[in-house]
Formats: sequence, structure tokens, C-alpha cells
Amino acid sequence: MSTSATLSICLSLPRADFTLDVDLHLPAQGVTVIFGPSGSGKTSLLRCVAGLERAFGSVVLAGAVWQDNARDIFKPTWQREIGYVFQEASLFEHLNVERNLTFGLQRVDRNATAQALAPIVELLGISHLLTRRIASLSGGERQRVAIARALVTRPKILLLDEPLASIDLARRSEVLPWLERLHEDLRIPVLYVTHSVDELARLADHVVLLEKGRVVSSASLSDAVASRQLASALGEEAGVILDGKVVACDTLQNLTQIRVGSHHLWAPDSGIAIGNSIRLRILARDVSLTLSSHDDTTIQNRLAGVIVSIEPDVHPAQTLVGVRCDDLVILCRVTRRALTGLKLDVGASVWCQVKSVALIV
Amino acid sequence: MHPDAWPAILLTLQLATVSSLILLLIATPLAWWLSQTRSQWRGTVSALVTLPLVLPPTVLGFYILLLLGPNGWIGQITETLGLGLLSFSFTGLVIGSIVFSLPFAVQPIQYAFETMGRRPMEVAATLRASPLDAFFSVALPLAKPGLLTALLLSFAHTVGEFGVVLMIGGNIPGKTQVVSTQIYSHVEAMEYARAHALAAIMVLFSFLVLLGLSRLRRNGERVVS
Repeated sequence: MSTSATLSICLSLPRADFTLDVDLHLPAQGVTVIFGPSGSGKTSLLRCVAGLERAFGSVVLAGAVWQDNARDIFKPTWQREIGYVFQEASLFEHLNVERNLTFGLQRVDRNATAQALAPIVELLGISHLLTRRIASLSGGERQRVAIARALVTRPKILLLDEPLASIDLARRSEVLPWLERLHEDLRIPVLYVTHSVDELARLADHVVLLEKGRVVSSASLSDAVASRQLASALGEEAGVILDGKVVACDTLQNLTQIRVGSHHLWAPDSGIAIGNSIRLRILARDVSLTLSSHDDTTIQNRLAGVIVSIEPDVHPAQTLVGVRCDDLVILCRVTRRALTGLKLDVGASVWCQVKSVALIV
Repeated sequence: MHPDAWPAILLTLQLATVSSLILLLIATPLAWWLSQTRSQWRGTVSALVTLPLVLPPTVLGFYILLLLGPNGWIGQITETLGLGLLSFSFTGLVIGSIVFSLPFAVQPIQYAFETMGRRPMEVAATLRASPLDAFFSVALPLAKPGLLTALLLSFAHTVGEFGVVLMIGGNIPGKTQVVSTQIYSHVEAMEYARAHALAAIMVLFSFLVLLGLSRLRRNGERVVS
């Protein structure tokens, strides 16, 4: 593995009820979602990367050594080129929005003018807020200002600690689309801590699954979602996330056709133009299996495939069955009784009936 | 107002101004240390700082007088340096007032730093501010209501002190006599009318200070929420 283009985090930190113990080599681009239940050490991991907490080990980003106990190196937070967004926006209440933004700017470049803010202000859509007092901002606006403030210093990595957790559900739509925009526009790696499947599905390129301070799996999103570890972490929400492209629109029926690999799926139209890339999520509980292709069914999306895995599910009556359909794997939740009744096992040919496809815009 | 009252009033204001300004310089770093440290000495230092709050001013004044006097080690240092003795001088009064009002300056500032929490300093560090930079650009501005409260309280407390000033200063008219000790002299001399005039001023002054403090507290709450 080349050390120049990766983020290596090798740390151990004793906590009250577990020890954070990780050895990670992550791609130095795209969004890595650190996923896990609360109390699994996600935030501690992020704080150690930022130098806000001292663990034992090393942190190296693209050749720059931020910490290495073996060589007695520990750069304090303010000397690390990071952008950090805390769970609560933590804006400076004694400064207005613009001066919150320029705080970091002045410290990386004394001669910088407020004009340098323009692209970032535009990226997060906060130009109308610049002169406002912090107290007058909504939760979503605060978090967008906090993200902009973190980006102003032109960091080498962006660290986000559950940036949506402190915002009520209705207001999350004020932030999530901007995060997705960042995902497309930003050239730096992002570590994103969350326990929300929705955020994982929307933003992740790479997924690190953390449990009680240990890395259970670290894989690309497509590999991760089909894996047993993530499925068991998701529980009821187990399912696959697929990347596709809008290829057709049936305006009469209000349906969109999406190409995923070599397959075509129909989904409710959500106004996305033909040609656009899109992410979709198929929950295991929305998929059923048949031995032959049925035309006398209400279910529109049917895919032929071969069973590649049968794993225990949350409830002992059920199993999670992985079906490879040419170039993609779909998870289905099936009772054990149905499996034995149809004599299904690994290697059997089946048809997947997909009851609903959720589009993640 | 009797013309004799003016030197005492001016001296009182002068003493309170000088003491509270110096106190702010001493109390701010001390309060910062107390709010941040995990040192084992924290409890001891905190108790020492709070001591003047519970000790009778005469006890405090007595020990400071001994320290400043010809046999005290501060007195010996000042004499060796050619500064003479500080007891029964304005400088001696300032030293006494600083010790006496220390808890009134430290506690509001410490409280302000503690309610601020560690987060603002952490945020500043992620925005490339060194610890010293962050202290001046983030911690101090956020603690402003606490700093103002400390200034006001220590000023008012110095104006109202009696025991320490009497012990260290000796109530010398024109030199170390302040309003509170002059009232005492007037009462001893049965000059009740003149004592009344000064006492009334003190009541009015204290009332205004407390009014100012409650205004300050309201503003402070607005800043925090």
C-alpha cells in the first residue's frame, strides 16, 4: 500500500468501557463514513486524528506525520491541516457569521481578504447570512456555516462528527443536499462519523464499521453493504445501496427507469433528469424470491440470479440471502421455513422480486 | 459636603481604581489556570484564593501589616531596595485591597471560563489558532461578562472595605484615610451629620453597583443563549 496517497490511522486509546484499537489505511479521497452504534468510539477516533485527544500510535496523512509515538512526534491540533465540524455547530457567539469564517482564514494567510471566502460561501449557500449574528441562525444554517468555516483554511482533510445529529429531522434537509454537493466538488478526503444509515447511504464511498472500539470491517460502499457485518449492524434496515443512472422517464405513469449495472429498474419518479447519476437503496425486507419468473404479479422489478450466501438475520426465524444478479448483489430477507420449503441453497437459481426501490437523491 | 470629605473620597476612588485594575491582571490568568488545570494543587490554590472571603478583615490586615513592617520579609525586601516601608502608605493599602478582594475578582472570571467549556478553545485550535492566540481571541471575549462583573465587584468591595485599610493604613487623614474609615472617625468624634453625608453616599453607590451588575447579568445571559 502506498503511504503517499493514504490516510493511515494506527491508534489505541483506553476508554471507560472499551479500548479504541484501530489500524486503518483509508483512501485519501472521497468520503469515508465511520459507522457504528453510539459508544463505539467513532468520535474518539475522529478526535485523535484531529489531535484533540492523545492516543498511543500514529496518524499519517499522505506522507505528513501528525503523530508517531515511536518517533516522539505529536503535532498539536492547531498545527494540523484539518477542518473539523463538531456535532453542535460551536460557532463563536461573539462574532458574526462573516467573522466566524474569516477567523481561520486570517490564521493561514495574514493578507487574505474576505473575497477569498466567496467560493466556499457560494458552495454552501450562505452568502445571505454573512452579516447575521450567530444567535439568529437556525440549526441547519449554523451547521452550514460551521462546515464553511472548516473549509476556509483549505484543510488537507475534512473531519465531520455527526454534523446532523443536533439538528431536528425537518431541518436536516437544510444541510444534507449541501453535504452531497461537497461530496461531488471536494477534492480532499472526508472522514464522516455517523450512526445514521440514511447519511451512510447518501454520502459514503468507503465504510469503516466500528464496534466497541474495534474495526469490524473497512471496505468500499458496494462491498460493505453486501457484507454480513454491515447487514448485522443495520439490523432491520439491512439492504443494498446501488449506483445507477436515470435512462428513461414514463411521465404518464410517473415512473423513472434506472440502469444499474446491466439491469433496468423502475422507481417512482422524483424529478431527476435523464442522464443523471443516482443512488438507490433496496431493503432486504422488500425483496422476495421465486423459483420462476412470474408475470402475474404486481411487482415490477424482477431480476434473475444465483444465491451466493445465506446468513443468519436479526430474528432467528429469518435469514439474509445474498443473490448475485450478473454484476450486482441483492440482499433478501427470507424465513428459514421458506428456504427449506423451496429447497433453496447456495448455488440455486432464483428470481428476486423487488417490491420497492428507494431513490437516494 | 464638608471640604474635609473630598481627600478621603478621592483617595477611596483612586485606591479602588488602582486595586481593581491590578486585580483584573492577576485574577484573569489565575482564574484561567483554576478553570483548566488538573493539577493536584488546584484545591489548595482555590482554598487560598477564597480565604479572604471568610477571614475577618482585621486578621488579614494584621498579617499583611506584619509582612510589610520592618520585621516582615516583604518589609525587609522593600527596605533593602530603598523603597522604605509600605505599611501606612498608599501602596500598602493597594496590596491589602488586592488580597482582600481577590476572591471577588477570581470567582466570576473562573465561572465564566468554566461555563464556556473546552469546546470554543478546541474549535479555535482546529482553525489554526495557537493556545495563546485562542485565549485572547476566543476565551477572553467570551468571558467578557465575567470580566466586567469581576471589575465591578472588586471595585465596589474595595470601596467598602474597612478592617484591612484601618490595620494597614492607620486612618491617617490626607494619606491613608478613606471614606469608610473617615465615617468611623466622625462617629467617634460624635460628628453624626458629617458621618451621615458620607454614609448616604456609600449606600447610593453600592445600590448603583448592584443595579449595574444585574444589568450586566441580563446582557451576559443574552450573549450565552
